[in-house]
Amino acid sequence: MMKGKAHIFGDDIDTDAIIPARYLITSDPDELAKHVMEDADPDFPSKMQRGDLIVAQKNFGCGSSREHAPIAIKGAGISCVIARSFARIFYRNAFNMGLPIFESDEAADKVSAGDEIEVDMDSGVIKNLTKNEEYRAAPIPPFMQELIRSGGLMESVRKKIGS
Amino acid sequence: MGMTITEKILAAHAGVESVRPGDLINCRVDIALANDITAPIAIRNFRKINAKKVFDRDKVVLVMDHFAPAKDIASANQIKFVAEFAEEQEITHFYDGAEMGVEHTILPEKGIVGPGDLVIGADSHTCTYGALGAFAAGVGSTDLAAAMVTGEAWYKVPETILFELKGKPAKWICGKDIILYIIGMIGVDGALYKSMEYSGDMISHLSIDDRFTISNMAVEAGAKNGIFHADDITKEYVEGRFQREPVYYESDADAEYFQRIVINGDELEPQVAFPHLPSNTRGISEVGEVRVNQVVVGSCTNARYSDIELVANLIKGKKVAKKVRMIVIPSSPAIYSRAMKNGLLEILIDAGAIISPPTCGPCLGGHMGILADGEKALTTTNRNFVGRMGSTKSEIYLAGPAVAAATAVTGKISSPEEIV
Repeated sequence: MMKGKAHIFGDDIDTDAIIPARYLITSDPDELAKHVMEDADPDFPSKMQRGDLIVAQKNFGCGSSREHAPIAIKGAGISCVIARSFARIFYRNAFNMGLPIFESDEAADKVSAGDEIEVDMDSGVIKNLTKNEEYRAAPIPPFMQELIRSGGLMESVRKKIGS
Repeated sequence: MGMTITEKILAAHAGVESVRPGDLINCRVDIALANDITAPIAIRNFRKINAKKVFDRDKVVLVMDHFAPAKDIASANQIKFVAEFAEEQEITHFYDGAEMGVEHTILPEKGIVGPGDLVIGADSHTCTYGALGAFAAGVGSTDLAAAMVTGEAWYKVPETILFELKGKPAKWICGKDIILYIIGMIGVDGALYKSMEYSGDMISHLSIDDRFTISNMAVEAGAKNGIFHADDITKEYVEGRFQREPVYYESDADAEYFQRIVINGDELEPQVAFPHLPSNTRGISEVGEVRVNQVVVGSCTNARYSDIELVANLIKGKKVAKKVRMIVIPSSPAIYSRAMKNGLLEILIDAGAIISPPTCGPCLGGHMGILADGEKALTTTNRNFVGRMGSTKSEIYLAGPAVAAATAVTGKISSPEEIV
């Protein structure tokens, strides 16, 4: 169960906004976390709390393939990202490195900045505790669930090569 | 029921007779690529699971191009980290220093990728190789790490949008104008999770470089790949260059498409994407007066020989406008050398341009031309997101090489017609 305050972002939040290229001289999660979402909202790194959520509109994470983007979000302690839709490379990256993400039109429509949100990872039920509403996320494809259960992509590769 | 070229390449690499959109498949990869920014994370994942050897030292390609030659100590350390891994693993295709070019230029140029290949790359513009009739898609570093170890990657078979390019392209129209026009039409998520396939009689008028540009920006429409069928132009490019045997796949006549979109060549005019999305396009006649501080001809999108040649031919005998920095970045050592031998660099330098060594450089705000607060740039690169080339208070306008040359001369975003 994940619980935190919602931070609202719009359409087409690109990976340059999530973590600008000037910080790609490292892949350390703590370093990247200091600058998360900085070019979309310069105050974000200082005002967010660990456990908070990002709620965005369509095509979140478009642009470059940099895995530094989900690493920065996870490193900052954001518990999950809910969006109307995700760009495909970001979608794969998030699952591969263990950042929970959910697609939900309802949440994208109804959640306001500062709402207290609770997400049940298994059922995909999103509760808005501030507004006393409940939204559904698109189910995570079984293949991805299997990937998560086996501990992520690298763990499944580890099993394959028996290392 | 028939299959598209993308479905056929995926099926062949999954070892199955046929696939349908939505199928989840595990594919053998022909080439696995990473760069100085994405490889370090892939290598750490490789180490984390105690992998000992890459699946094939000839098929893992590492190109140091984003922050290379190193822009600072931290990026130098990243490059060193990858170089040490390449040496340990005896990677055949490791490119740095004088051999270094922009990855998506040098892989086709050196014949490392070719028709029928399945290429996975930890760089979003890996889709460039679709121009040759390959399936090529960008991924992140963890997917790439898995492919480096196993030689395999999983894919969901995408639905395909077919773009029928009809007629002869109007004057000045190059690959960039066509793809910007398409992205302007369908939006930055207009092909999300989908394959973009090109057909039609206009393609015979498009050089291989134009096709690289079109495939390159498939990701800017959210697509998984952007693919052309190989024709005589492709075969001429590939022959004597490609290091393996090409396989030419073709879409079946009864292949199923999610959508068909017709583009008429004679309707096109040079395109400019306004800040801050590649889909925010206007025809050059609707641009109005936009003065710029910088013009960049560079990146994996538009810095191949024909791009540099077009710019040099247009600018010959003219001068770059006062207070405009024009930065030209040939995207490979071979292109740099050929442009030098043929006098193109001299023309550009005489006109007042700066020539940079091959690098991604300013395209992603790395180095070699970062924008100050309030500055505007017209660039042949691929993204105009906020802060992409430097300050978050700067503005980026995307266009093809002809508009770039004209803009450098006049100092405001201009049609090539204005300087001929």
